[in-house]
Amino acid sequence: MIKAGIIVFPGTNCDRDAEFALKMAGFNVEYIWHDFENVKKYELLFIPGGFSYGDYLRAGALAKFSPIMKEVEKYVEEDRGLVLGICNGFQILTEAELLKGALTKNKSLKFICRDVDVKVINKKTPFSKYIKKEVLTIPIAHAEGNYYIENYDYLKERNLIAFEYLNNPNGSIGNIAGIYNEKFNVLGMMPHPERNSVKTLGNGDGLHILMSIRRSLENE
Amino acid sequence: MKKYIFEALITLKNGILDPQGLATQKVLKRMKYPIDNVRFGKLITFEIQAKDNVEAEKLANEITYNSLINPVLENYELKLLKEIEA
Repeated sequence: MIKAGIIVFPGTNCDRDAEFALKMAGFNVEYIWHDFENVKKYELLFIPGGFSYGDYLRAGALAKFSPIMKEVEKYVEEDRGLVLGICNGFQILTEAELLKGALTKNKSLKFICRDVDVKVINKKTPFSKYIKKEVLTIPIAHAEGNYYIENYDYLKERNLIAFEYLNNPNGSIGNIAGIYNEKFNVLGMMPHPERNSVKTLGNGDGLHILMSIRRSLENE
Repeated sequence: MKKYIFEALITLKNGILDPQGLATQKVLKRMKYPIDNVRFGKLITFEIQAKDNVEAEKLANEITYNSLINPVLENYELKLLKEIEA
């Protein structure tokens, strides 16, 4: 069974949802407290949403100094597996500079909590290559999801855009909902696939992403 | 060793949306003030122990740039407020 580790910071609150969804997708799941440093045995690292360190300083800004983040950096560099950051997890990954750009306050000034439709843009990564649908319905819940990057063309040219909103909810540049790093082993996204992993919670679209990850890891 | 007290003034770069500033500006405009460009920032003060002010400035810059700001979104200005003999 493919092993997934869910990294838990003080203030993380989507860890249980992540466990449920990853189990639904057939992963063997463990929690990793942010003080621990061993991430090597996992094939997927899941950085869930929440309010790590109370969002003090900036969302995700203090979590990047947790001991585990140095190890995550090494994990990415040495290509040990895949890293998926959702919502606050995405904010942490940009703050840690494992992903380009930054997430800033929603244009509407509001915390937005609702289902949105996102289009799958790059369909050739381990995170997306087994997704058959063009558009996924996934919930968002954030106040700081307005993605910004100075050099938007950089993402476009390298095909680093993972998902785009059909109706931009937060003001993100280029309707960006999720992006990859240059090695395509890190994905950060604001929508929460783990909150729509079974039909009872919506239409189950979130599971497509997790299933694609599992199948890619199995077929490696 | 001496103690150096610094003040870091952190502001959003031009072009970065500041909803807090906009909301405040709207309210002030509604009160009929001739006001524009309200932008929020942060003021952080801290004390550094160092042997001289060159070392203190270097550390203060390092801390501010690497830990306190996000260079994608923010600029900063550092001010040395006070030097205290230990």
